[in-house]
Amino acid sequence: MAAIFLGVGAATALSPSNCFDSKKFQLSTRRSLSGRKPWFLVVRSDGSVNLGSNQRSRRTQQLITNAVATKADSAASTSASKQGHELLLFEALREGLEEEMDRDPHVCVMGEDVGHYGGSYKVTKGLADKYGDLRVLDTPIAENSFTGMGIGAAMTGLRPIVEGMNMGFLLLAFNQISNNCGMLHYTSGGQFTIPIVIRGPGGVGRQLGAEHSQRLESYFQSIPGIQMVACSTPYNAKGLMKAAIRSENPVILFEHVLLYNLKERIPDEEYICNLEEAEMVRPGEHVTILTYSRMRYHVMQAAKTLVNKGYDPEVIDIRSLKPFDLYTIGNSIKKTHRVLIVEECMRTGGIGASLTAAITENFHDYLDAPIVCLSSQDVPTPYAGTLEEWTVVQPAQIVTAVEQLCQ
Amino acid sequence: MALSKLSSPSSLSTNILKPLTNSFLLHRPISTDTTPLTIETSVPFTSHQCEAPSRSVETTPKELLSFFRQMATMRRMEIAADSLYKAKLVRGFCHLYDGQEAVAIGMEAGITKKDSIITAYRDHCTFLGRGGTLLEVFSELMGRKDGCSHGKGGSMHFYKKDSGFYGGHGIVGAQIPLGCGLAFAQKYSKDETVTFALYGDGAANQGQLFEALNIAALWDLPAILVCENNHYGMGTAEWRAAKSPSYYKRGDYVPGLKVDGMDALAVKQACKFAKEHALKNGPMILEMDTYRYHGHSMSDPGSTYRTRDEISGVRQERDPIERIRKLILAHDLATEKELKDIEKEVRKEVDDAIAKAKESPMPEPSELFTNVYVKGYGVEVFGADRKEVRSALP
Repeated sequence: MAAIFLGVGAATALSPSNCFDSKKFQLSTRRSLSGRKPWFLVVRSDGSVNLGSNQRSRRTQQLITNAVATKADSAASTSASKQGHELLLFEALREGLEEEMDRDPHVCVMGEDVGHYGGSYKVTKGLADKYGDLRVLDTPIAENSFTGMGIGAAMTGLRPIVEGMNMGFLLLAFNQISNNCGMLHYTSGGQFTIPIVIRGPGGVGRQLGAEHSQRLESYFQSIPGIQMVACSTPYNAKGLMKAAIRSENPVILFEHVLLYNLKERIPDEEYICNLEEAEMVRPGEHVTILTYSRMRYHVMQAAKTLVNKGYDPEVIDIRSLKPFDLYTIGNSIKKTHRVLIVEECMRTGGIGASLTAAITENFHDYLDAPIVCLSSQDVPTPYAGTLEEWTVVQPAQIVTAVEQLCQ
Repeated sequence: MALSKLSSPSSLSTNILKPLTNSFLLHRPISTDTTPLTIETSVPFTSHQCEAPSRSVETTPKELLSFFRQMATMRRMEIAADSLYKAKLVRGFCHLYDGQEAVAIGMEAGITKKDSIITAYRDHCTFLGRGGTLLEVFSELMGRKDGCSHGKGGSMHFYKKDSGFYGGHGIVGAQIPLGCGLAFAQKYSKDETVTFALYGDGAANQGQLFEALNIAALWDLPAILVCENNHYGMGTAEWRAAKSPSYYKRGDYVPGLKVDGMDALAVKQACKFAKEHALKNGPMILEMDTYRYHGHSMSDPGSTYRTRDEISGVRQERDPIERIRKLILAHDLATEKELKDIEKEVRKEVDDAIAKAKESPMPEPSELFTNVYVKGYGVEVFGADRKEVRSALP
């Protein structure tokens, strides 16, 4: 979509979002300016820039596809040996799961359609045949109780992995996750550990509708006692899955519906990613861009454009949503002095809001400019394709935000 | 004298079989022998989808005396907790179990410490029954370090992992899926043990109960759901909250048993039966018909929704401790004076425990951050003022 961006002057955003920094999201077609030069910048979907006052939107079906498929040139993080094997993200998850189930007989999987059906996203395909019905359990549609059962089983030492078919369904199990999963270790004075993994796909997909496009990381982030991680590549998906299963704490692993078919070459050797560490995707000098999950690909797409324009963004995939890896983030901020957060969460109370607060508190002296946070609009995700695109952050907006930040 | 104890003013008198040695009155000291006695329960069991167990319960004098002692301890403990609450040493919520002691005691007698029990917030006596000490109870109630959860749980969060007591949960009904999870783990590890998940008549209307019951029945889990029906869900009587008050039948395809919850021996028989059943055939529901003398919690006087006559009526006719006392006296296992002495001892134990608990210190401020996570990573945490208490998560 060709987005029309105003020049330096500030303008109010189109949607009634309550973002306090309205420079961030501008989607106006006809807007009068308050002061400064009235020039229009039209950024087309392929990254080329036209100056002019023509204001037509274009369909950008391709933009999203590009963002997901351009995997090859974005990450230098896979320190894979050349002999690694290639697989898709859901297969990487399955590999991690299978290796852990082989290693430890206490690991079991429970969820809807994970057993005989093979998992609605094929993550657990073939596992029921291999390990039997007692280790890969098909549950009825009762999230509250099977999450509770997973937690009860974890109290005795089993290591269940509870799959929510869509993260949004886990809202039904919120009581169990918040009160029992997060708090039992504390309220029992350390007697019980809950080594459970709760995982599932979330995020805005392809026109799935409002209730199936939820981002629960913002709801869960204040529960004390749990850890949250978000995977984004096959490499870190497998590594984080293994780390989460081995961790003694309850871990919520956020996957994304649109990322399951990413292909990457990962090492043959066993490896585990650190649950609390962020991933440096692209080192740079001018600005730190913090992101996670699918927005990583939008950011990398925008990074290509930015590099062409002469900017050098440092892209960090924060991966660990709770707690934040302030060490890596801090070092980056000390180098670049500018921060842009790009996330898929809602504006209000999202991961970006917490991250902004954490960075401001800890690294305020190192910042040359206010922190800019690009998030999804505070609206239920609409069904219509064009509206859905405007709900999430697009690469063009990222480019503009960086340009404004670096002025 | 023993023979003439058959009829008692209570309408639910136990039918006592004549003891063998009745030739002349022997003053026996408190007997700790284990010659079996068979006693009939007060009322027969009512069953749903299964065969009811027999009314005759095997027990021993030793067991009966231990029942008496433990129940007296529990009763004394709850009354002491009442006074502590009124003296503002115990704050927040305090849900007392007096009147329902027979359920905790009978259940313990019917199972082993390897079986698991999980219950809701009325957990002081269940904790004691599972092997907790009075000191741990009172320290936790007062928020001290020596409490079973080191002062961080409170009245509603008692746990004892080594004897299979999984708490202690505040949210109504949330412990039932947890209980089915415990049963799942037992089946997974092939332990041949069972889980008793206790809940109340108020929680019996929760959806998660039926969800968990469905899964338990589907997967043949050794879970026994026990409804402690004290007829009041906080302030609402059961007939105003539930369309069908037969909680033991609510499982539909799951067998159920209705038990007189004020009769410790009946509870013991039912729990033994349920354990055998669950190990072979999957879940079962037990409904314990019981009563609480106190209100729902200490903030509830307990008399706005029921009459004082009702409470005192139950206390006279169905009190569990009185029943055991009558049994002991009827079978001449101890004298009145000895039983009174036991009660005095118990009282003293409780008072000593309270005194000791009062000396126990409050937790250190750094304890605020311990046990949030299992292994820390040095994340800095601080309170609202950001200066006073700052530490790295251990």
